[in-house]
Amino acid sequence: MIRSLLEWLGSTRWSVTLVESYYVWPLVESTHVVTLALFVGTAIMMDLRLIGIAFPGVPASSFIDRLLPWTRIGFGVMVASGLLLFYSSPLRYYNNLFFRIKFAMLIIAGLNIWLFHSRIHKSIQTWDDALTPPRSARVAGILSIALWTGVVFSGRLVAYNWFECDIQPQPEWVNWAAGCQVEESAP
Amino acid sequence: MMPPESWIVFFEWCEATALGTAVRNSMYAFPLIEATHLVAMCVMGGALIMVDLRLLGVGMKDQEAGKLARLVRPWLLGAIVVMLSTGVLLFLSEAIKCFYNTSFWVKMITLPMALTFTFLVRDRQILNDVPSRMRGRMLGSTSLVLWFVVAAAGRWIGYS
Repeated sequence: MIRSLLEWLGSTRWSVTLVESYYVWPLVESTHVVTLALFVGTAIMMDLRLIGIAFPGVPASSFIDRLLPWTRIGFGVMVASGLLLFYSSPLRYYNNLFFRIKFAMLIIAGLNIWLFHSRIHKSIQTWDDALTPPRSARVAGILSIALWTGVVFSGRLVAYNWFECDIQPQPEWVNWAAGCQVEESAP
Repeated sequence: MMPPESWIVFFEWCEATALGTAVRNSMYAFPLIEATHLVAMCVMGGALIMVDLRLLGVGMKDQEAGKLARLVRPWLLGAIVVMLSTGVLLFLSEAIKCFYNTSFWVKMITLPMALTFTFLVRDRQILNDVPSRMRGRMLGSTSLVLWFVVAAAGRWIGYS
């Protein structure tokens, strides 16, 4: 069901044009990569403040109120360019092990952000100027840096075909995790 | 934009170094070094962008640009050290390809410009003095443009 939908998506005219284009695909991909500096870069700066190892004397709220809007803009560009890249070869990414790892980490990173804003951020007045924020904020910052580092790593590794479904035999767990449909070869 | 053909001797030597050969012969070294290069780019980019946005009059307006630049400096320097060491490793593994690659040369020209600008122009002016609004905007936008070209050219080395 998902596979046939993605197969259809990858056969649409714009998808084929995009994946075959000489300049547009690299432009979209380099936008995706360069915008990392804005999105992950500003997020990490905020995380360092939350962990309490950088920017003493700068209130945490300054990062959240004034830098976070820029992080959000970066995220918007990441999502837009990322969707275009996915649209260029849907099935290939769907069955890519690193893409799946990246997606799982994206979801956990999203949960971490949601938890921070729905709980920890509420009490920010009590620790805004503290050199070392409360434990929960520090944990959120450490998790954020770890997860985004993982997302960047797995995102970069999507380009390498070590675990591609087309290249068999692969270990059983790889085929399972990447959702490869392996046909039983005749003896 | 091409360097003198005689320089190729140096690039061949680079490619033949033990480090270059080791990275080239490993299936995993190049991708993992490349990914580390990218994560360091995030730290470096974040450290630069937060100061540049402030200089442009947006971003963390409640803080002095000079204060931000001073506090972010250890992170900026640390990230640059990682960028340079991983970058050299990546280069050594494919030096000859780089020699014939226009994006590589664009990066090699703009990178020293960006480094010089950041440490000898931008930071020198904002660490001790509060720049005028106009000067702040010039410094911030020049920094963003220079580093953008460095990053984009870097990514573009891989497309040829």
